Amino acid sequence: MSHSVPFLTLLIILPAVGGGVLALLALDKRLPKELCDWLAVLVSLATLVVAVVALVTMREHFGGFQLVSNHSYTGDTLGIRWYLGVDGISIFLVLLSALLFPLVLLTGQNKPKPRAYAAWLLLLEAAVMGSFLSLDLIVFFFFFELTLVPAYFIIAGWGHDRRAYAAVKFFLYTFLGSAFLLVGILALAFIHQSQTGVLTFSLPALEHTHLSSSTEILLFLAFTSAFAVKAPLFPFHTWSPDAYTEAPAGGSVILSSVLAKLGTYGIIRFDLTLFPQATRTLAPLILTLAVIGIVYGAIVACVQRDMKRLVAYSSLAQIGFIALGTFALNEQGLSGAVLLMLNHGLIVAGLFLVIGFIYERRGTWQTTELRGLQKVAPVMAGVFTLFMLASIGVPGLNGFVSEFLVLVGTFLTHRWWAVVAVLGVIVSAIYLLWTYQQVFHGVPKPEDEKTRDLSWPERLVLTPLIILIVFLGVFPKPALDRIDPSVTQLVTHVEKATGHDQPSVTTKGTAALGGQP
Amino acid sequence: MITTLLAAGTTAAGASDKITIPPIRYLAILPPIIMIGGAVILLAVASLVSRPLRVRVSTIGSVIISGGAFGIAIWQWCDVRAHGAHTYIAHAVVMDGFSVLITMLVAGAMLLTALVADGYLKREGITGAEFHVLALVSASGAMLMGMANDLIIIFLGLEILSIALYVLTAFNHRQAASGEAALKYFLLGGFSSAIFVYGIALTYGATGSTNLIQIADFLSKNVVLTNGLLLAGLALMLVGFAFKIAAVPFHMWTPDVYEGAPTPVTGFMAAVAKAGAFAALLRVLFTSMGVISSDWKPIIYALAVLSLFLGSVVALRQRDVKRMLAYSSINHAGFILLGVESALPRGVSASLYYLVAYMFMTIGSFAIVTVLGRQGDADHDLTRYRGLARRQPFLALSFAILLLAQAGAPFTTGLWAKLQVVLATVSAGAVPLAVIAMVTAVIAAFFYLRVGVLMYASKEPAEGGEGLVVPPTGTDATTVAGTDAGPQIPWASPDGVSATITTLNAELLLADDAPAASGEETPSTVPVPALTSVAIGICVAFTVIFGIVPAPLLDFCNHATLIFFGR
Repeated sequence: MSHSVPFLTLLIILPAVGGGVLALLALDKRLPKELCDWLAVLVSLATLVVAVVALVTMREHFGGFQLVSNHSYTGDTLGIRWYLGVDGISIFLVLLSALLFPLVLLTGQNKPKPRAYAAWLLLLEAAVMGSFLSLDLIVFFFFFELTLVPAYFIIAGWGHDRRAYAAVKFFLYTFLGSAFLLVGILALAFIHQSQTGVLTFSLPALEHTHLSSSTEILLFLAFTSAFAVKAPLFPFHTWSPDAYTEAPAGGSVILSSVLAKLGTYGIIRFDLTLFPQATRTLAPLILTLAVIGIVYGAIVACVQRDMKRLVAYSSLAQIGFIALGTFALNEQGLSGAVLLMLNHGLIVAGLFLVIGFIYERRGTWQTTELRGLQKVAPVMAGVFTLFMLASIGVPGLNGFVSEFLVLVGTFLTHRWWAVVAVLGVIVSAIYLLWTYQQVFHGVPKPEDEKTRDLSWPERLVLTPLIILIVFLGVFPKPALDRIDPSVTQLVTHVEKATGHDQPSVTTKGTAALGGQP
Repeated sequence: MITTLLAAGTTAAGASDKITIPPIRYLAILPPIIMIGGAVILLAVASLVSRPLRVRVSTIGSVIISGGAFGIAIWQWCDVRAHGAHTYIAHAVVMDGFSVLITMLVAGAMLLTALVADGYLKREGITGAEFHVLALVSASGAMLMGMANDLIIIFLGLEILSIALYVLTAFNHRQAASGEAALKYFLLGGFSSAIFVYGIALTYGATGSTNLIQIADFLSKNVVLTNGLLLAGLALMLVGFAFKIAAVPFHMWTPDVYEGAPTPVTGFMAAVAKAGAFAALLRVLFTSMGVISSDWKPIIYALAVLSLFLGSVVALRQRDVKRMLAYSSINHAGFILLGVESALPRGVSASLYYLVAYMFMTIGSFAIVTVLGRQGDADHDLTRYRGLARRQPFLALSFAILLLAQAGAPFTTGLWAKLQVVLATVSAGAVPLAVIAMVTAVIAAFFYLRVGVLMYASKEPAEGGEGLVVPPTGTDATTVAGTDAGPQIPWASPDGVSATITTLNAELLLADDAPAASGEETPSTVPVPALTSVAIGICVAFTVIFGIVPAPLLDFCNHATLIFFGR
């Protein structure tokens, strides 16, 4: 299936070249600042356009990989191919990234060294696109690793007081996870080579490797260690509150809404496809970690005075939900997980952006320092309310749809885990409403009274997020229509490989409710 | 200690009365001839002119000579591709893809070193051609080691390489450290050479030949029942090699010598001495000793694990950039040993690729360290790199790229190199070794990154538009609230790691702020000599371009095979 326009390659090349050009321009101080700013925004907007065109070009009701480009990359001896493809699971993550990068670039223009900042962001966008699109495991690994470098420099260069510590912690934790991933990939490829005589790293080929159950579990753990750290799943999350807090506002947005999804995406794309048996065997373990993450994240978020840390811990809970839906291993759970990845990305980006705007005005994000902002900044308060409600999971906004699907799916296959996880939903309402009360309600302090409301450019940046949050809450069908075929295909693959039919709403849901423990 | 043989050896060397001179294929040995001949001409010219030779003249001479050797190597490559690999001059030297690649590597390293040394020699006010002459001679030794098909030739190459390097190490005679390093290097190097040559003698005693292919032939045709003599010879040779490649526990000289030697020499030593020694090691182990690979694989395994760990862990504590890079080179040696340990053809090309990638990374890095060392070549403390990005963005960016490549960042030759050696290890079934290697790569990434943090650190708060000052109560509140999940819950946070990160960073940052507060001026901009920046540019471009488009270099290294692969 070859196309005249290599959309997917373009999605990677555009920001990469843009970032490279900007990095060179950044070395020459004489060039006008505006030119570079707008170049960065234009490049990221062009990427968004390509992503949207790719979405429109894709066939609906088709679960396999589309818009595939498959070329030799390293010659024959290594067998690594430039193999890109997109399906219903990855397309929305690609769109999410393509949407968020221009927004972050637009908000980041008054930073010191704006060109270097924009260059790193564009490079990060290229790396993120590459990770979501690669179907060759080594190329995926390269892009997956590449995300660390710009993210590291963004935290270390533009972050807050403890940025050096946070950046190094972030890098080392995630790099350690990836070390196991690389060895796992190579081991899998060699097992495949010993069976077929072909050294390849392409995902569709490696899918058919026969693995003994112990080997499969080891490989599963090697892969999952990288993804669990990146996501982050409890208990591998300790880097994330530091990194999210110390990163600049734009960096927090990208870290939490895009980079975190690399981990959950990796689990869905690689773990489920390559190691279905091990996934099923170890599902209770991961589900337990996910539920602990949900409850623990929510409880710790309750006692935070620091809004960025609060969102970081609430993110941990949300990632727990994504993992919950993934390891429910049925259509509802998995569709919910994929949709939640998109929704959580939109919501958490909104929250971090608004917190960033508050910080620009007041120089703090401690809830104890802020009071009564609703009076002086009503629009900001309104927007924050919307993001907050979406995060709590109020029906009519996007968070509800995906959380509901995840809980339904999990309830059918692993009932008690779902029961405990619901607690997290309740607690999330508590901490978010508390925060809202402290920051926006009450009589403003003298220093709060001078706080400006959102400016028009800032409102413009938030508008696409608001529209999507409401749209996906009211009418999620267009997204689910594209997600479902791929998810069904994946679930069928897992069921066939494990010889075990998972109960789901459409098939045996009611039977399962009656019969399964 | 007598080796008992089942079958009679076929190795009784034909002892004829007359010495017959074997036919000589000059193409095979032309590169070292050019290097040595060029060095002699350069020396003659320098002593014939009345005034000391200008630095630029000897640089140009050196560049032409090494460029010529590189050109001949390309001719050799075409010849090997057209007519296949052969041994020449009574089977003493060999011209195969492997030897040609090593020749190219060494010639390229020499060329880059000449460019870097130009600026260094001018800055230090050293005239005359001696530096270049010695480096050319030393490089020719490494070339000989790459093409040697006889243990005696390997020893010859090793000595040519080493003796010139001892002198080069002492080249900065105004610095006591330089002389001390040279003496240390000389003494330990002398010992290791002696041990190596003793190993050759024992191997000859056990197999009846010093020719690598004849040794392999002997070992494959005869079953050695009591192979103590052979193993002792092999072990002693391995000691000699391990010394030259700076593998733990034979690395003791490395930090001191790397630190004390003039910085361009350090880069040259790291790239060329390693390339020559690894080339010979690979050839001896794979061509001659392939049959007894089960005997030497555990030794290499142990050397690799020790080098990987010690190199990366000890480098964490280094405050001096040159010492840090010295320990990092030990870590790299461990990685290259992975390719050796696999005992597979894939391992040969992986090791070769690693050597090529490492050559560019290390010479580029040391070129930058040379420039930043300032007059006297002594300014190598890590804290001096603080804020480099603001003062000299080009240098900082280049150094960042080269260090990231050494750490194994994607789309640089550094990761392809690591990928290849780990691939070789995994395909040989040594998965634990692969895991160990990758874990040490993570540890190593930490100290590379620390330099990156310092270079890109800025004193003013980075965020906080409109001149707002961050209220100190903000940070206090976080601490007082005590809800920071990290340190509170010991089982959820590997505190050791966090604590290490904090202390290492804090140490650096504090140590740096102290002199700034006491009124010492911030380091000024250092001029970058034109030729040095050309060399740095070549290194960075090579590292990045072949990282993004890997196929040509990978193919090249895959075609650079050994003439004979013993099993």
